[in-house]
Amino acid sequence: MEQNATSQSNLRRVAIDPISRVEGHGRITLLLDDENHIHEARFHIVEFRGFEKFIQGRPYWEVPFLVQRLCGICPVSHQLAAAKAVDQLVGVERLTPTAEKLRRLLHFGQTLQSHALHFFHLSSPDLLFGFGSDPAQRNIVGVLDKYPELALKGVKLRKYGQQVIAAIAGKRIHGTATVPGGMNKILTIAERDALLVDIKDILAWSSDALALNEQIHTANPEHRDFATIRSNFLSMVGSGGELEIYHGGLRARSASGADIFDQFDYRGYQQIIREEVRPWSYMKFPYLIELGKEQGWYRVGPLARVNNCDFISTPLAEAARKRFREFGQGGFVHDTLAYHWARMIEALHCAESIYELLHDPDITGTDLVADLGEKRREGIGVIEAPRGTLFHHYQIDEEGLITKANLIVSTTGNNQAMNESVRSVANEYLDGHEITEGLLNHLEVAVRAYDPCLSCATHALGKMPLQVELLDADGMLVDRLTKGGNGVIERTV
Amino acid sequence: MSTEAKQNTITPNTITIDGQEIPFKDGQTIMDAALAAGVYIPHLCHRPGLTPHGSCKLCVVDIGSRGVSFHNSDRRVQTKFSVDIDGRSVSACTTPAVAGQQISNNTPALNEVRKTITQMLFIEGNHICPSCEKSGDCTLQAMAYHLGMLDGHFPQFFPHREVDASHPTVMLDRDRCILCELCVRASREVDGKNVFAIAGRGITAHLIVNSPSGKLADSDLETGDMAAHICPVGAILIKEHGYEVPIGRRTFDLHQVGEIGLEKVILAKVRHTDE
Ligand code: SF4
Ligand code: FES
Repeated sequence: MEQNATSQSNLRRVAIDPISRVEGHGRITLLLDDENHIHEARFHIVEFRGFEKFIQGRPYWEVPFLVQRLCGICPVSHQLAAAKAVDQLVGVERLTPTAEKLRRLLHFGQTLQSHALHFFHLSSPDLLFGFGSDPAQRNIVGVLDKYPELALKGVKLRKYGQQVIAAIAGKRIHGTATVPGGMNKILTIAERDALLVDIKDILAWSSDALALNEQIHTANPEHRDFATIRSNFLSMVGSGGELEIYHGGLRARSASGADIFDQFDYRGYQQIIREEVRPWSYMKFPYLIELGKEQGWYRVGPLARVNNCDFISTPLAEAARKRFREFGQGGFVHDTLAYHWARMIEALHCAESIYELLHDPDITGTDLVADLGEKRREGIGVIEAPRGTLFHHYQIDEEGLITKANLIVSTTGNNQAMNESVRSVANEYLDGHEITEGLLNHLEVAVRAYDPCLSCATHALGKMPLQVELLDADGMLVDRLTKGGNGVIERTV
Repeated sequence: MSTEAKQNTITPNTITIDGQEIPFKDGQTIMDAALAAGVYIPHLCHRPGLTPHGSCKLCVVDIGSRGVSFHNSDRRVQTKFSVDIDGRSVSACTTPAVAGQQISNNTPALNEVRKTITQMLFIEGNHICPSCEKSGDCTLQAMAYHLGMLDGHFPQFFPHREVDASHPTVMLDRDRCILCELCVRASREVDGKNVFAIAGRGITAHLIVNSPSGKLADSDLETGDMAAHICPVGAILIKEHGYEVPIGRRTFDLHQVGEIGLEKVILAKVRHTDE
């Protein structure tokens, strides 16, 4: 699957121009072979560059708050992954019950708001109007217009998730909550009670959103095959094999559901995962060492988690998981668009878990920080962020400054998978040598299912700027279509 | 007595700040007198009890000549840096109070000058508030809010400055140093040591440590020293204690920078003696 004839010209293109980075364009390059079939698709993401360098020389206790700036949508995930690594640096194996539950609550709030944002703002237009429909209508404004009640629920779900975050971290976004070995603030009874006010509605709306996604996916046979690829799956699971997004062991299973490894202590992740660098992309390509570069790529995120887990600890989400499982006839569901369905199963699980935690007496406890143990020079924190397994790995010197950092962000985990899905869609919809608007739209829908980071934050209105280029076997540009953030499409060959 | 005549009468040992008569004792500066009377003059490098240093220039005030009323010297109509023909701009922290001084302090024009100075302080260093552990407890940040500063205005310098984390409990992050010399003076005048100094000039000026290796670990700085706690920004920090105070309970979540006596609150907070 590696490129050959095109390497020369691609080498030049590695210097991604800063303008497109600032604007956050997604860029897709389609490479044709001699028979004019697409033999490779490259989805370029230019985020996260240099962050690991930037962290070097900074004190370890600052890192959770530095790295949370990586993302405007899931900063909490970065803060928590880094905080877990920092716990190890200060020799803390176990948090106090209150601290652990507060972190979980925080993470559920974060995941709920991120999933709600994704569904209602980014993917609901595609799903509700059909992805071949008029792009002028296929956006959040169109949804507001035609399904006002649904749109409002989406906004409120997201707001509630943010309210949970604010109660714990002091701010809706980029707050502070973690300290080495614990948390910095109790949840007061008044704050807890304020969160209890709306939780019943939140449960009901999460159920509605799930029902809608389930219905859309099961009722539309074309959704089954769209951008669908068979892959391995990687996720964290709890000690009983349950869905787990804060702390557990790593599980990888092959496309047929066979164990590759299970309950693997993530601190040894370098023994099982390696990252391949390819000259055309800043984003690395992780793979499972056991299966090798060619076969070892995998998918992460909601689809991986819901497929991989043995059960979900909360009843409504578990019932939904069973229906999901039945749909897959007992095996894994590989449908790329089923990411949306899985995402809403998780959103419901978040809502149920928030409900449980708010009724747990520990949540308003005051014992926030564990006794610190012996300092260590290395810490590895892993968490299931909304978009998938997130790895933070730090080394420090004797003064407490970071000497080395390695991050595998969630979107990276889906890097190869996104390219595969893009290739599958392109092969199906590319006609001749011209990139059509229809093709561009379909590619966008495929990419969006994975909820890659680039489509978040600045493009929350579902207007992801995207550029698609077609190169022939000699690496010559054949066609190029660009859709701007304003939705205007231009051909720029 | 006519109004004019009244204005020309000097009450012994009083000055007038923004129209308010303020008493002073011999030897007091304008800043001393103002603070004693509960009048806030913005300042960053001043600390009651330490020798005035006069470096930050945030305390700039205008002294009009006698008889020129405060209203006449209102500089709203003047451009940013012009000086009142009848008066002069001085640092309140270093200028002695002299009976009869007519002083303008809290005027839009002076606050505009102070804002510009604050912007310069920001762009000359590397102040990354969003991830800084001093955020919410930082006087420079609070000053920026107080003065309504919305951006750095000038291009960033991005200077290259060293971090010194060699000391077991105190860290020096020169990126954030505003060269106020509070630590220099606290070390000398309160701690009876001489740990810090400023070396270099102009844009190369930087904080140095008086130790054989130039490292904090080799100095005689101790955690309990005032110099370890006095930094108004996040340049001198107690190691491994960042972010412990939750948002909502940090100094400037609860206080205004203009509150008189705030330095005691801050010192208690960073020394963890406030609880
Ligand atoms: S380290 Fe802090 S107290 Fe010392 S000169 Fe710099 S800013 Fe002032
Ligand atoms: S407070 Fe007067 S110059 Fe700094």
